[in-house]
Amino acid sequence: MVAAKDLRIEWRSRVVVNQVVPFAAVVLLLFAFAGEPDSGFLRRLAPGLFWIAVLLSALVVLQRSFALEMADGGRDALRVAGVEPAAVFVGKAIAVGAVLVVLEAALALGVTILYDASLTRALPLVLVTCLLATLGVVAPGLILGALASGLRVRETLLPLLFLPVVAPVMIGATRSFEVALATDEGPLGEGWRWCGLLGLFALAYTALGVVLFEPLLEDS
Amino acid sequence: MIESVGQSERVTVVAEHTGSPFTRVLGGVALAGLALVAYLGLVATPREVIMGDAVRILYVHVPVAIGMYVAFSVTALGSVLWLWRRSVFWDVAAGASAEVGVLYTGLTLVTGMLWGRPTWGVYWVWDARLTSTALLFLMFVGYLAVRGIPAERSVRNRRAAVVGLVAFVDVPVVHYSVDWWRSLHQPATISKIDAELDGLMLFTLVVGIATFAAIYLWLVVHRFRVAWLEEQLDAHELAEAVAERRAEAQVPA
Repeated sequence: MVAAKDLRIEWRSRVVVNQVVPFAAVVLLLFAFAGEPDSGFLRRLAPGLFWIAVLLSALVVLQRSFALEMADGGRDALRVAGVEPAAVFVGKAIAVGAVLVVLEAALALGVTILYDASLTRALPLVLVTCLLATLGVVAPGLILGALASGLRVRETLLPLLFLPVVAPVMIGATRSFEVALATDEGPLGEGWRWCGLLGLFALAYTALGVVLFEPLLEDS
Repeated sequence: MIESVGQSERVTVVAEHTGSPFTRVLGGVALAGLALVAYLGLVATPREVIMGDAVRILYVHVPVAIGMYVAFSVTALGSVLWLWRRSVFWDVAAGASAEVGVLYTGLTLVTGMLWGRPTWGVYWVWDARLTSTALLFLMFVGYLAVRGIPAERSVRNRRAAVVGLVAFVDVPVVHYSVDWWRSLHQPATISKIDAELDGLMLFTLVVGIATFAAIYLWLVVHRFRVAWLEEQLDAHELAEAVAERRAEAQVPA
């Protein structure tokens, strides 16, 4: 229900399509200026650049998700409606996760075209990595986003709290993509092991979110 | 409003300092320990065969690193217990421990880099332990930032507890992932301190650990008492303000 509400707002306002996806595209373009675009540098760094772009965009999406709640007292309305805090967490996770998956698809297209990287060699690995990493980004992001929302300093606080915490996701997802995108036909086992780590991370923070959302929603 | 705490915390608003017989003894022990570590580490112990004089940094580096883990564990414990019991005691304890923990983490990084310069030739290598410690440092700087945001006490405590837990859960994952990341790219980790510690060197290290544990405890107790007094002062001022307003309301009658 919460997920449907958030996604409906998203669909009607089209902020993601009109602002976040173009933002991610700008990030991809800027990376090209960091080095020699023709030297294969971009293709080699494509996995890492892809995930940095995802993290930066996720930050924007998270801010937006909680700005929505705060704007018209949506959070209080949810509480009055008797929605369980854990359900709010799961609902928001689904909504933000869905938005990020759309974003990742757009970014995948971007790195394929701009960086000449091929994501289709090990498609199952790429998809599973995206799914687990998205959950791993969304779960801690929602906990910290809920915490920072309503604060005057939220725009500066959330990046400081969020980015170091998701560093393992950045490492894991990048390594997994590196295996998947490698031009030589290497074995994929390493990538699946990183997926295991991502899964563990996502699981831990989802559990933490379900527990912690109750005290978090009590106030502000 | 103020919950009861352990008997050692019977401080009042009128206290002029945060010392007590216990902390004075503790402080003395810590100072003596520092002098002893300085003597043992700089004079008594021999140069190490491979690392040379750089080994002496480890008598400080290893103890502060251990202290850092202890400090953040206490913060996590305090966060959990706050969420469970909602007592101001645990929030203040978590905050005091985190402050000292960030200090120790900074010292760990600085001494680690100083050790790295003669040993590896550079201040910074993307070594697993160094990298994960840097991330840990940043996470708890964020924690202190959250604590610094003015808010109603219960709100602030809640935020701090949540961030403390989120950061602490990350510690093993960060360590593991960074370790794994680096071990893929370089055959053997060069940060392994595989020095053979003879009797005196081991003794120095143990004295160092005990000393920095005492310093940690001393700092935390003092920070705890200061924060505790601040809490009481807030409550006191609030009570006074309420009393004043009440008095005002009664005058025109």
